[in-house]
Amino acid sequence: MTADRPERLRLTSICKRYGELKANDQIDLAVGAGEIHAVLGENGAGKSTLMKIIYGVTQPDSGTLFWEGQPVEIQSPAIARQLGIGMVFQHFALFQTLTVAQNIALALEADIDDTELARRITEVSQRYGLPVDPQRLVHTMSVGERQRVEIVRCLLQSPKLLIMDEPTSVLTPMAVQTLFVTLRRLASEGVSILYISHKLDEIRSLCDSATVLRGGRVVTHTLPRNESNDSLARLMVGSAPAPCVLELQDTGAKQLEVNDYCLASPEAFGVDLQDINLTVRSGEIVGIAGVSGNGQKELAAALSGETVGPHRGWLRIAGQTADHQGPTRRRALGMAFVPEERLGRGAVPNLSLADNALLTGSAMGLATKGVRRPRRMAAYAREIIQRFKVRCGGEQSIAQSLSGGNLQKFIVGREIGLQPKLLLVSQPTWGVDVSAAQLIRNALIELRNSGAAILVISEELDELFMICDRIAVITKGRLSPAYPRAQLSTESIGLLMSGSEGEQHA
Amino acid sequence: MLKWPLRLEKRAVPSGSLRLTAPLLAVLAMVITGFVVFSLLGQAPLQALKLFFITPLTTVYGLGELLLKATPLVLCALGLALGFRANVWNIGAEGQLTLGALCSGGVALFWAPALGNLALPLALVAGTAGGMAWAAIPAWLRTRFNTSEILVSLMLVYIAQLWLVMMLHGSWRDPDGFNFPQSRAFADGLLLPLLWEGQRANWAVWFTLVLALMSWLFSSQLFAGYRMLVSGEAPAAAAYAGFSERWTIWLALLISGGCAGLAGACEVLGPIGRLQTTISPGYGFAAIIVAFVGRLHPVGIVLAGLLMSLLYLGGENVQLELQLPSAMTGLFQGTLLFYLLAADLFINFRLPLASTPKVRP
Repeated sequence: MTADRPERLRLTSICKRYGELKANDQIDLAVGAGEIHAVLGENGAGKSTLMKIIYGVTQPDSGTLFWEGQPVEIQSPAIARQLGIGMVFQHFALFQTLTVAQNIALALEADIDDTELARRITEVSQRYGLPVDPQRLVHTMSVGERQRVEIVRCLLQSPKLLIMDEPTSVLTPMAVQTLFVTLRRLASEGVSILYISHKLDEIRSLCDSATVLRGGRVVTHTLPRNESNDSLARLMVGSAPAPCVLELQDTGAKQLEVNDYCLASPEAFGVDLQDINLTVRSGEIVGIAGVSGNGQKELAAALSGETVGPHRGWLRIAGQTADHQGPTRRRALGMAFVPEERLGRGAVPNLSLADNALLTGSAMGLATKGVRRPRRMAAYAREIIQRFKVRCGGEQSIAQSLSGGNLQKFIVGREIGLQPKLLLVSQPTWGVDVSAAQLIRNALIELRNSGAAILVISEELDELFMICDRIAVITKGRLSPAYPRAQLSTESIGLLMSGSEGEQHA
Repeated sequence: MLKWPLRLEKRAVPSGSLRLTAPLLAVLAMVITGFVVFSLLGQAPLQALKLFFITPLTTVYGLGELLLKATPLVLCALGLALGFRANVWNIGAEGQLTLGALCSGGVALFWAPALGNLALPLALVAGTAGGMAWAAIPAWLRTRFNTSEILVSLMLVYIAQLWLVMMLHGSWRDPDGFNFPQSRAFADGLLLPLLWEGQRANWAVWFTLVLALMSWLFSSQLFAGYRMLVSGEAPAAAAYAGFSERWTIWLALLISGGCAGLAGACEVLGPIGRLQTTISPGYGFAAIIVAFVGRLHPVGIVLAGLLMSLLYLGGENVQLELQLPSAMTGLFQGTLLFYLLAADLFINFRLPLASTPKVRP
């Protein structure tokens, strides 16, 4: 904490329990005026709980908050906003069918007439380099543009403290730089920023100071500029994770072929897939990079067979035409799939792990002649739990009692256990802690080495560079060719992410 | 700032013990409400409650009546519960029951001599098939046009009832019946045998118990039952696993329609013995409550069916003895469901009794 700045926010000994879990345990944190302060930690380290306490969404069990030196009780977000605290959420709360100005008007407590509001939106957006047209409908905007709307919405309330929750997960590398310019500008005007992230590069380049959390406790307060990625990761995890090793190997038969595939999204504001061309061969991992909301979900559902609709082009799995086949038939061809949502899609929340093993395991003999085989189900679940070190109370634990990372290990384990020829994985390590993420990545590489074809859709570029032989980029429902990893860099992928936007309007 | 002192807090894990005790709490709250209501009506509440809940069980005939009324409730509820668990909301068991009565009655009235000994079983089959056919309409509309099976099945109740009335005012009317809208009585050999003499409960009780067992086997042992369970618990997971939604909808509606149809057949081939304009005092609707009070589980449903049957008997009793309106039955049924839904809230939420801790200033 730098001494030359007046103190804006100070937390002392904040504790918050959820049942047995201590989400926040004796947390101290101080942010000065104009300081960009990182809150760093793995998933489940207590970052979100802490931010919810500061923004008044939830109340601490004990501990004190000081705002500009005065003790305060922040009982609701409305009070937080009155104090001058604004928050930009990771998932936006915008109405798709309303304009920017209408959305912002809804969030403002004071009544402002439309022209005045539009004028102020334009003023704020110009001042901070956040171009936003007040009259545009939200559903026509990209995710990055929507984030700008959220930020402008906060800025209109002239906040003294801005909380940003994982803001760059929805941005292209270039947009990240633009955002940083805006944030530095705000800081220079005296706005304090609490910046939540797990991306170490960003924190080192942007933040003045950092508080590292692990297991609900403060590990240390540090100056990120004096740290390396490795040292920050060690602080975060407790030990440095072993890196992935990806040795070059020959590839085999085409397990997935997609040719000029076009599919309209079944959802109102979804992304239509346009002329998708993609081949994945045995023994390679192909990655699909892209900024969130550019058709990843739609592509995954089209490949898994969950969306089978009128389309152009064709797709083949293991050499067999599979355009019109649903998930069951595609599985029979040797495909397995790990979806991005774990609870409710990859697993049934209220059923046990043994029961969840049956979800995709009926062909493995977990059900024979239409009768369930509880012993085999339990045995298969136990096998997964052991091999993937799933932390749980045993195979009879209910799926929703597991943490996100452990459930993901279970689902990945279940699908890998099916010994697929083709594995489709969507966001393999979303919300998964570093050690679990590493275990999942290594399991995918092991499966590739044993000769399976793997397609990974991920928004984490670092991850794709770690585990992929080739990488393609999806933008607005169009897929670039897949280039060998060695030919790509963060910059060239950034160009692919934004480059094809131009073609889109041509 | 003013704050409402009571705040619901989500439980980390749903309470398993409350899931089972919620129906008992609801019954208790219903009895307490009954106490208050009887007092307000100027009756001695304890005596009225005894008349309502105890007296019907004190005679062999009364026990028979208990089984007799529980049978159609449990039959309908078994089928409905299967659908409810799979997120298929058949609200029209009453209509499927009526169709079942109409179809089995038709067989009994017109084909009985030709069929001989087979007449009774075939009449039962016809009733089941009739209920299925009636439930197939919402199934087809839902899978083809994505209509709400709730509304369609509900509206079909009234069509079924009017159809029955039309037949009884028309060609099926008993020519020697003084123009009453009812059919000829069925031949004796066409009626379900009684369980024992001196009361009215019949073999339908056995059918019900067998079906309860089958329902338990289906949902706990078969892969088909698992698929339906997943469809209800997590539709996206069912889609991900490739379980067909159409298949679930069809199966759930056909099974629940068939059960309700069988219930209707057993009514007309049992205690009623002919077709008349009113087959059921709302068994098909009350079965929805039975299904939920029974936690959608066969054993629970059998117990809940007995309780609901007792509410019918008690209602009749206080009507006869205390001259209270027959709406008492509906009142008790309604409060039971109301309290159950209220108690169910606490499976997932709790009311922290200690005042919410605050930040020390």
